[in-house]
Amino acid sequence: MKKTYRMQNLDCADCAAKMENKINEIDGVTSAKISFIMQKLTIEADENDIERIIREAQKICKKFEPDCKIIGG
Amino acid sequence: MSNKQIKALIRIIITAMLMITAFLCRIFIVKYLLFIIAFIIIGYDVIISAFRNLFRGHVLDENFLMSIATIGAFAIDEYTEAVFVMLFFKIGELFEGYAVGKSRKSISQLMEIRPDIANIEKDGKIIEVDPQDVKKGDIIIVKPGEKIPLDGTVIEGTSSVNTTALTGEALPQDVQIGDDVISGCININGVLKIKVSCEFEESTVAKILELVENSVDNKSQSEKFITRFSKYYTPIVVVLAILLTAIPTVFHPESFSENLRRSLMFLVVSCPCALVISVPLAFFGGIGFASKQGILIKGSNYLETLAKCKTFVFDKTGTLTKGNFTVQKIVTFSADENELLENACAAEYFSEHPIALSIKEKCKKQIDEREIKNAEEIPGKGVSAIIKGKKVFVGNDKLLKTLGINTPEIHEIGTVLFVSDEKELLGYIVISDTIKDDAKDTVAKLKSLGIKDIKMLTGDKKSTAEYFSKETGITSYEAQLLPQEKVKALDRIDDCFCFVGDGINDAPSLKKADIGIAMGALGSDAAIEAADVVIMDDKLSKIPEAITISQKTLKIAKQNIIFALAIKFIVLVLSASGLGTMFLAVFADVGVSVIAILNAMRMLKK
Repeated sequence: MKKTYRMQNLDCADCAAKMENKINEIDGVTSAKISFIMQKLTIEADENDIERIIREAQKICKKFEPDCKIIGG
Repeated sequence: MSNKQIKALIRIIITAMLMITAFLCRIFIVKYLLFIIAFIIIGYDVIISAFRNLFRGHVLDENFLMSIATIGAFAIDEYTEAVFVMLFFKIGELFEGYAVGKSRKSISQLMEIRPDIANIEKDGKIIEVDPQDVKKGDIIIVKPGEKIPLDGTVIEGTSSVNTTALTGEALPQDVQIGDDVISGCININGVLKIKVSCEFEESTVAKILELVENSVDNKSQSEKFITRFSKYYTPIVVVLAILLTAIPTVFHPESFSENLRRSLMFLVVSCPCALVISVPLAFFGGIGFASKQGILIKGSNYLETLAKCKTFVFDKTGTLTKGNFTVQKIVTFSADENELLENACAAEYFSEHPIALSIKEKCKKQIDEREIKNAEEIPGKGVSAIIKGKKVFVGNDKLLKTLGINTPEIHEIGTVLFVSDEKELLGYIVISDTIKDDAKDTVAKLKSLGIKDIKMLTGDKKSTAEYFSKETGITSYEAQLLPQEKVKALDRIDDCFCFVGDGINDAPSLKKADIGIAMGALGSDAAIEAADVVIMDDKLSKIPEAITISQKTLKIAKQNIIFALAIKFIVLVLSASGLGTMFLAVFADVGVSVIAILNAMRMLKK
């Protein structure tokens, strides 16, 4: 399943690229993409895993940009 | 400006004032304290996140590098510089954030086709719902000034709709009961009741938005280069910075502080941000701008190829020509011209073939159906009927042969339709497709854009192809091609080439080409699917426009790469040789980012 989320306070393009790499490493993620310009995160994963993945993704984003939040699609 | 940016601005102003006070102050300890306070005010968040990230293992993050650089400067008693660097870093960041926010806004304005609401009628009342909640078959109401939220058919009302956001076309389109309307258009004057033909995800507007947003995923060579480059760039510069202090200090321990100063400048320059943001931004701007003109480009890679292709191949019918046949000439041997046309029209009266339609359109006189008897079609040859008691045949040379009438040699462009009775040829009608008004201009513009080879492929006969290529200025043609032969003809082209077709029956050719351009694709899923570049209306002039946009985008991307790399390299060399200053280093970091972003934003304006 593919889901798109909005990202708040995504300010650094280099960080976005790093976040994308790390999110792709999360267990269960088929593919993840961050569009810095659109401030969007698109995750492809199994429906049952998606909540856990988003929680982990949120942690990753916080590491790179403390203010960065993933909000509903 | 966002709240965050206003806070940053306030901190910048306070710091600047503290620094002025510090400069004026003559008591050393007070001066020193003022600098420290200023430094904390401007840089506390950078230092906090640097430490936090350090414990998480992100050593080479921007905050960390900046903290080391400034704290290092304090350590070697360059406290003025330390505060200045942090201040400039923050000012640069503020500018960068502002520029990014601004470009994000311009881009989202380009894509303002997403409808927010749909009105549906429930129990006699009109209620507003999310377009995503509307189902196929539902009836929606679109008031004047509103966006049509979903594709559908008009069941009540007449109006004009504005398709500018989708096609770039300024002229409104009139719609009435029975017409199909497309989501994303704006309803101008009348209230329309529309029966929805598909759900939101399947609607034109959702598909276009998805296409434009996903286009960022198809990365161009220059973007790939930058991503690869920045991966290695930061670690290399950091290692160089360490060596720059370590090696000379071993031999001349007394030069430590000067060496450290040089290294610190390296650290400031080591962030690849300017590159990482400005190149994709240029491409996204290019794609966004093109989509505003009704040209959808499915990815940066296609934009890049489009700018480089020097060969264009056009399909003829429906692409270079209007695809509607019209009567060009009537030649009679015995009868009067009008009489011949009326006879032909009556014989073709019941046929729906495009050729029959063109004759019916030309013949203004109302035909009395009762005068037509025994109308029949002779497959592959033509038609016959008894009109006012006289048998009339209308068809091609094969028809004349079966009738035993000699076929005269005729050199005409287009399809020749013979009209005869049982014994004698009465005359003939020449019907041909008309060239699109902007075809000649487009070919000329393509040539001026450096396209050397412009080819036309057609199933038509040679003489017609020759005529069309002469009229439009096309450099070469291949005629009498069967559909599968068109793909083979494309196989013979070695260079990178674009194929332009109407997308309806040339999907294989569109896929075969390096760049497949589909014309008049609004509402045609097959065309949008198969092509790399989709032109929403059927204006040929959009093709040179697309090339201009792609060339401009590529130019901006290149400028940004060269500019950012050159400045960084120069500053690194200057820093290493001791000629650099911290200010220069900060400029090479954030200053370059801001300039590159501003340059990329030029793409959003005409």
